Amino acid sequence: MVDVGEKLQLVRFRISPEAHIKVDKSRCQKCPHQACAYVCPAACYTRADDGEILFAYEGCLECGSCGIVCDQGAIEWNYPRGGYGVSYRFV
Amino acid sequence: MKARFDVIVVGAGPAGATAAMILARSGFEVLLLERGKYAGEKNMFGGALFGRVINDLIPNYWEEAPVERYINRKIVTMLSKDSSMSFDFKTEKFAEPPYNGFTVNRSRFDRWYAQKAVEAGALLLNETVVDDLLWEDGRVTGVHTRREQGEVWADVVIAADGAMSLLAEKASLRKRFNPKHFSVGVKEIIQLPKDTIESRFNLAGNEGVSNEFLGGLPGGLQGGGFIYTNKESLSVGVVAQFPSMHPNKVPIYHALAQFKSHPSVRELLKDGVVKEYSAHIIPEGGVEMMPKLYTGGMLVAGDAAGFVLANGLYLEGVNFAIASGVAAAEAVAAAKTKGDYSAATLRKYQQILEEGFVLKDLKEYKHALTFTENSRLHSVYPDLICELAEKLFTVDGTPRTKIIPRALKAIKGKVSWMELFKDGRDAGRTMLW
Repeated sequence: MVDVGEKLQLVRFRISPEAHIKVDKSRCQKCPHQACAYVCPAACYTRADDGEILFAYEGCLECGSCGIVCDQGAIEWNYPRGGYGVSYRFV
Repeated sequence: MKARFDVIVVGAGPAGATAAMILARSGFEVLLLERGKYAGEKNMFGGALFGRVINDLIPNYWEEAPVERYINRKIVTMLSKDSSMSFDFKTEKFAEPPYNGFTVNRSRFDRWYAQKAVEAGALLLNETVVDDLLWEDGRVTGVHTRREQGEVWADVVIAADGAMSLLAEKASLRKRFNPKHFSVGVKEIIQLPKDTIESRFNLAGNEGVSNEFLGGLPGGLQGGGFIYTNKESLSVGVVAQFPSMHPNKVPIYHALAQFKSHPSVRELLKDGVVKEYSAHIIPEGGVEMMPKLYTGGMLVAGDAAGFVLANGLYLEGVNFAIASGVAAAEAVAAAKTKGDYSAATLRKYQQILEEGFVLKDLKEYKHALTFTENSRLHSVYPDLICELAEKLFTVDGTPRTKIIPRALKAIKGKVSWMELFKDGRDAGRTMLW
């Protein structure tokens, strides 16, 4: 198993006090695919045993994947405020 | 800050910085807005930039730009579980100015490139997120930024705000995205000594290689891998199409781990130190997903317009972004002469793109998606080709069979004649004619 947390420790973030992506969990409950949980390359979305989608924005790479696959209107995708979020150095 | 400019460019990536630089050189008052702490901070790509278009704007740009290695060797590899077969091209022709392409580090390159716009006179404002457009009489007249007194006005707004382009959506120039038009790429920067890279990849001095891989991804993921050589690191990653991702299959970072451990890849990366992990979506739908490119007071450029050429043989985006930035600048200059920034005048942007390689190439390869979304391309054929090579080159004392009967035998039960015919036709019309 790959530990994404380990990978994310290599990435520099300036974490904003508020989440830049808003998730409406009540819609996630009814979502037939919950694709966010398996497409996110930073594992920001996880599916709990009871089907609830848990979202942690802190390690978000701002890649856009969740915004592309969510067709339930549950994700309000946006950028972090200026100067916050992921900060690549070698990419 | 002044609240009115001639032009507002949103996004200081390659498309935006190009448009800003050209317009500032022509005397326009240009505001260039960037959400990162510096241009390039948020930008991610595979690793290769085909920079001939930059040379027209900044002659001999490689002498001052932070480039890594010029690419004069291109390898396309097909992977099966335990084998690989490559097409390997190397030429001295790409090792001479103006060079065909370079590997670059985007956080350094884009920062340098945006600085060129600043030197030309554009005002670059970092840490500035644009949230909305300002409208008057049905046309765009400015942007709303997430700053205090965040409204700024201009004759025209160039939306170079990247693959997720929220501005194209706000302007109703595109519909909701369709996942089938997108892939996601993840990459690691893996540090290795310069000499090690050069000996492993058969490179002298500043030579570099781009190696793209088809097949070999686990769990039915469709896409491939890549390795690009930087000076003292490798860009190593995988790309997967969204429709091929499923709940019970492997997530993309597992696919990356598996790619890195493939016997034909593993030794190239051995003892390398992972320095950074990154990810981004890639708009691969070409003309099929292209938004409307202009409206009154606004143009869309670069990834925001879906200007990426991805078809298995080519993986290009930065050169398309730059060329679209050039076209946007030309269209804005023409609109200024007329004193009219209506949609009817800005239509010229699309005409310029249609006359150049940006839309010509995307139209030429318009069938690419049909071709690359075919699951057989990502598993059955790479496996078949590797298997056929293995059979042909096995020397075990049994009598040999020539290629065609061998191939027919290998194909049997894996692909039907109908599928083979259809795939051959799709491959042909995508890539060959």
